[in-house]
Amino acid sequence: MSALVETRGLGRSFGGLRAVDSVDFSLPEGEIRAIIGPNGAGKTTFVSLICGRVAPTDGTISFDGRDITGMPADRRVMAGIAYTFQITSIFANLTVEENVTLAAMRRHVGRAGKRYSPAALRQASLSALGRVGLRDHADAVAGNLAYGHQRLLEVAMGLALEPRLLVLDEPTQGLSDTEIESFIALVREIGQQATVLLIEHNMPVVMALAEQITVMDQGRIIAEGTPDAIRANAAVQQAYLGAPADG
Amino acid sequence: MMGLGNLSGRVLALHLGVVALLFALQFVLPAYHHGIMARILVLAVFAMGYNLLFGYTGLLSLGHAMFFSAGLYGAGLTVYHLDWSVPAAFAAGLASGLVLSTVVGFLALRTTGVAFLIVTMMFGQVAYLFTLYFGDWTRGEEGLTLSQAARQLGPLDLTDPTTRYFAALALFTVVLFVTLALVRAPFGRVLIAIRENEERTRMLGYDTFRNKLGATIGSGVICAASGAAYVLLFGYFGSSFAAVQYSILPLLWVLVGGAATTLGPLLGTVLMFYLIDLSNDLLNSRFPDWDVSYLGIVGVALVLLILFFPKGLLGSIRDRWVRWLP
Repeated sequence: MSALVETRGLGRSFGGLRAVDSVDFSLPEGEIRAIIGPNGAGKTTFVSLICGRVAPTDGTISFDGRDITGMPADRRVMAGIAYTFQITSIFANLTVEENVTLAAMRRHVGRAGKRYSPAALRQASLSALGRVGLRDHADAVAGNLAYGHQRLLEVAMGLALEPRLLVLDEPTQGLSDTEIESFIALVREIGQQATVLLIEHNMPVVMALAEQITVMDQGRIIAEGTPDAIRANAAVQQAYLGAPADG
Repeated sequence: MMGLGNLSGRVLALHLGVVALLFALQFVLPAYHHGIMARILVLAVFAMGYNLLFGYTGLLSLGHAMFFSAGLYGAGLTVYHLDWSVPAAFAAGLASGLVLSTVVGFLALRTTGVAFLIVTMMFGQVAYLFTLYFGDWTRGEEGLTLSQAARQLGPLDLTDPTTRYFAALALFTVVLFVTLALVRAPFGRVLIAIRENEERTRMLGYDTFRNKLGATIGSGVICAASGAAYVLLFGYFGSSFAAVQYSILPLLWVLVGGAATTLGPLLGTVLMFYLIDLSNDLLNSRFPDWDVSYLGIVGVALVLLILFFPKGLLGSIRDRWVRWLP
């Protein structure tokens, strides 16, 4: 399998703080990968570097074999990287459908040699809403949705972009147990067409979804492997629980 | 809240109805109001241009007098000094607005929020000072008037009240439908998205700077069209049009009528124009010796408006009753 995303010596400093420290990371196409780690480990900064929301201080990022280190965020989206925000970020005053349409429009309008058809656009929006189960709420004002539905709306916006890589930043935060269950099923389904990079604190979700897990601590990758291997890894236990007293 | 890209029948009917009403007014209005309405129609174009940037894109500029003046001086000076014909002068006005808004947009859009407001105000003041500094050509505050002979469009005499009204109405209609089409097209929907949540819009793959620059240029050119029409139809241009009041007025008109509504700018311009006009008369007749300013009445009206119609008249009407209003 070839790597869809690859970083070499990737780093980002905020003043004296090394939020991400020379990370070599490789994500094969088609995989569902979880990134876990304690708070402040640099997970969000790391995926923000991949999405282009944050510029790296050193190192390189390549996507599908192409160097994208200096590419602006909006062009990376067009290249196939979609990002859903850790803190829900939707167009609260617009309808649910308009939210998704704005995402779908990016793929349907203004592409060279392609005529934009309002019907196809509407179809794409409704189908993305259908996949997350929000089709019945299409006409609701997005800000009036329940919190769990707003998280799903974000995922629908990501889907409408038809990404090759979908980055989900703590998607199940604040969801109820039943919502989490259907969310797991949804990500599995998404994972059949796209590569998924998932930051998640909820371990049952991670164990249910991830094929491989990357563990970060203090800006570095400290372990990588299958869920079972990570569960048994001493360094991971130390990062989460601290060093044993008799160490 | 926001409709889809396709134009529904009732939206089209409403806009055509408004244009038809304005057309019919021409035949029934007494001479005084006839003249005022022609002026209002041209200034409503100014407000519509302002609304594109402020209402739809969410960028608060306090320098739009410079775009109005770019059209005003671009058309006025070429007629006065170079004897250009009306169409050529109008084109010169548009071109001035295009160049100025491109340059100002490129620089001012590097800032956001309050900084954007300050930067646009500074550029506006620079433009105002230019009209004074080059007083040899502009005659500064005193201004210049265009002769009747210079204001002929083919067989049409733009100084004739009826022709003038129809010319103003024609420009108004074109700009009204251009804005209507623009804000319902993908471009306009992206502008609204930028207003609502710029970072999210960027992470949906839109180059927000380019879209905002496009909005600034569109807004600048529409305001310049208003300025160019103003000088060609009413024959006078001076520095007072470039002063900061003319940057605040379109903001006021749009706020009163309803930001991000297509018809709000017209409604706001009509109301504010008549409010000032009528309160002046009223105050002078009732309290002849008090010497009170009409600004007091305008202030009270604005306070009431913000209390009861915080989103402007049409904005509040849309929120409460008529959801489909564009």
